[in-house]
Amino acid sequence: MSLLSIRNLSAVSDRDGGTPILRGVSLDLAPGEVIGLVGESGAGKSTISKAVLGMLPRTVRITKGSAIFSGRDLLSLSSRELRKITGSEITLIPQDPMTALNPGRRIESQLTDGLRLKRGMSSTDARRRGLELLEEVHIRDPERVMRAYPHELSGGMRQRVLIAAAFAMDPKLVVADEPTTALDVTVQKQILRLIRAMQAKHGTSVIFVTHDLGVVAQICDRVTLLYGGMVVEAGATAEIMERPRHPYMQALLAAGPRYDRPDRALAPVPESIFAGLREELASFDREEVRHG
Amino acid sequence: MFLARLTKRVGIAATTLFGVGVIVFVLLRVAPGDPIAMMIAPGATPADIAALRAHYGLDESIPVQFALWLKGILAGDFGTSISIRRDVLDLLAERLPATLELATAALLVAILIGGGVAIVGTMLRRTRGESVVDAANGLLLAIPDFVWALALVLVLGVFYPVLPLSGRVNPQSADDFATRFYLVESIVTLRFDKFLEVASHLVMPTLALALPLAAVITRVLKQALAETMVQDYVLLARLKGMSELRLILQEALRNAVGPTLALTGVQFTFLIGGTVIVERIFSYPGVGNMAIDAVINRDLPLIQGLVLAFGLMFIVINILVDLAVVALNPRLRHG
Amino acid sequence: MADAVIIQTAARRRRFANLFANPKVLFGGGFILLLVLLAFFAPWIAPKDPLEQDLMLGTLPPAGFPGAEPGYYLGTDDLGRDVLSRLVYGSRVALTVAFVAASLAALVGAMLGLLAGWYGGWVDAVVSRLVDIWMAFPPVLLSILLVAILGSGVHSVIAAIVIIDWTRFCRVVRAETMTQASMDYVTAARTIGFSRFTILMREILPNVAPVLIALVSLEMGIAVIVEAILSFVGLSVASDIPTWGGMIAQGRQIIHHGWWVLTFPLLMLFATVLAFNQLGDGLRRVIDPVMRR
Repeated sequence: MSLLSIRNLSAVSDRDGGTPILRGVSLDLAPGEVIGLVGESGAGKSTISKAVLGMLPRTVRITKGSAIFSGRDLLSLSSRELRKITGSEITLIPQDPMTALNPGRRIESQLTDGLRLKRGMSSTDARRRGLELLEEVHIRDPERVMRAYPHELSGGMRQRVLIAAAFAMDPKLVVADEPTTALDVTVQKQILRLIRAMQAKHGTSVIFVTHDLGVVAQICDRVTLLYGGMVVEAGATAEIMERPRHPYMQALLAAGPRYDRPDRALAPVPESIFAGLREELASFDREEVRHG
Repeated sequence: MFLARLTKRVGIAATTLFGVGVIVFVLLRVAPGDPIAMMIAPGATPADIAALRAHYGLDESIPVQFALWLKGILAGDFGTSISIRRDVLDLLAERLPATLELATAALLVAILIGGGVAIVGTMLRRTRGESVVDAANGLLLAIPDFVWALALVLVLGVFYPVLPLSGRVNPQSADDFATRFYLVESIVTLRFDKFLEVASHLVMPTLALALPLAAVITRVLKQALAETMVQDYVLLARLKGMSELRLILQEALRNAVGPTLALTGVQFTFLIGGTVIVERIFSYPGVGNMAIDAVINRDLPLIQGLVLAFGLMFIVINILVDLAVVALNPRLRHG
Repeated sequence: MADAVIIQTAARRRRFANLFANPKVLFGGGFILLLVLLAFFAPWIAPKDPLEQDLMLGTLPPAGFPGAEPGYYLGTDDLGRDVLSRLVYGSRVALTVAFVAASLAALVGAMLGLLAGWYGGWVDAVVSRLVDIWMAFPPVLLSILLVAILGSGVHSVIAAIVIIDWTRFCRVVRAETMTQASMDYVTAARTIGFSRFTILMREILPNVAPVLIALVSLEMGIAVIVEAILSFVGLSVASDIPTWGGMIAQGRQIIHHGWWVLTFPLLMLFATVLAFNQLGDGLRRVIDPVMRR
């Protein structure tokens, strides 16, 4: 029984005159599982995560498909019903910790917003829970951090706060939107380990959006590779890393530095592979037109 | 660091004030027109006139006059008004509270109206309501306090005579107050009838001064809010389930208010300049109304005192705005 | 080359077409044009002599109200002078001040702004400091002070407005000139070998002009108000020349038995300021290539 089941999801951008940005995407996520959404920018990975969070911009229109979460279709819920789920059962770890915290509010109030608003906790209870959470994400001197303003914390510290906030509500699903791209390489690894640990401890499923296959290898149970809004390859991480089927995935693995094979040279993805991908997209669009 | 900034601001302001003082002082004396000529009784002899001149120190050279004036001010003596024949400092102390109450009330009303409309406009964004708010505000931006004041006189004073047209209180109740801060006093002493009386006299001049400023505040604050509402932390807060109004008030407003506040400071000095004409229209007994008479009568000591008073108000406002900007921004507060 | 010229003219024509398609320009400009005609042909349009007093016909209400006299469409003031005729003649002072004061303020401000923005260095330092000092004066008080010093009359009003408001133009033109000066076409003109002054006049000025024109329109609205305020206080022109501000002051005195004496000039003032404002706003949107979508 999967927690989230996306079926045949298609979307177009109204701003660019109806250009398809998702083409029949399907994916399943079991409870407690971490799935990686990989692809270059514009591949559709952030559109999928935004659709799950109910945060799609008005210019994006879903044309087809469903996203069933715990028996409810997220795409057909009213915004009021959706608001009950997002921020409590589904939460977000944002990309850039520097812009995702309100510069004018103390950490305490931002960390405990959800607890007070959605759980109706008193501020003393919320404060106690906030301190526990900060300890859980290995922040030293949580008392001081609670009183601090965002600009007094480093980028890594802020991301820890945001992770604590995301897990504060004991959500069933956390969407991590490239949570390490804005951070130093040394901090990246700690944050990845932290997310994995928090996920295991709370039994939470995670959608991990990234363009870095190295990150996927470290943290994801399964991986879905996207190109042009279409699923190119999907499966268990270990299996795909060992035996990639699609030439695009093969080329990407060859291109990126690998932790297990540091001797392998970096090679760019050949243009012929992109030509093949574009042909696949075109044939998908032709099929769509034929079947209406 | 903040103290250094404050000291620098005060220094610049004091220099400017001194410069303004010198320019006004010299201009008033080289310009044609004789203040004494306006007050002499018919049939006065040249000797009488010369005596009057000497009495007001106008027979000295300009630098000497300036030095004497400056010396007097440092000793708390602003001189004697020529046209009203009273101590300038007494006159200022008598009139300034009226202007301060009016200007402060206008500022508060402007912030309430301007801020309220900006917030409503932000809640309506990307709807037809927003374009209505924008268009109406665009028109309001064009209307100056002078036109507002007269329009209010017509509508609320004549066509629907619900408010008193002139003065600060009813003529017979001027002696009912111990201080010159009528509004504050009526609140502090809990005299509700007096408060209503003072407030009803204040409504029209306050609105006339507040509405143009409110339009400016709306435009700038709404723009700043629009930029803040698309920040990541607002998106995240929306995900937490906050209502739109709460998003604006709790997440966006605090960070959007900085530029608006700085601009409000500048605009507030314009508002104080506007009290001159608005007080005239409503025969409101403040310093602005007195300034017009002083200028027309060439009352040199009084004009100089008034210019100093206005300059001082501008400086204090600028410093207060500076403090407020810092207080609202945690980054500046700690830096 | 010839193609380029044709394309340019076509673009220019389109720009003109856009100008009149913009409702703000159309209504604002239309009203101002009407006002200019009114002022110019005042003797033919005004039904009565604006100065003729007749105490027997004092404070007559406008046509349609009880007690109105035929021929006095907008009533009379307390001296029996025809309000409509005074309104028509009053547009002369208002427009004279608007056009002359705004143009002169623009001339002075733009010149200093261009010099400061283009030559930089000590020129810029001096001009900028001057603007800063100027901004410290409260405008209304300053204008009253200036007119008191200069003596009343239309010339003093104009001089006061120019002396106070040149800074508005200076600040904007200086910033705009600095932006333009950093553009590639200026560098290109310099490599060809044009002198700095030639580049300023031939390359920079035409690009600064759109902003300047819009600003002049806004300033005209401000000038009309300042003139009315000074007339209201009794510091503008001599009392035998009809002005809207003077009529308003008179109307304020007799407001309880002659509301129309205040109402009509106030409406004219309001409409004129709004028209200049909308015209300026519309012009800015149409002419400024960056603002245009």
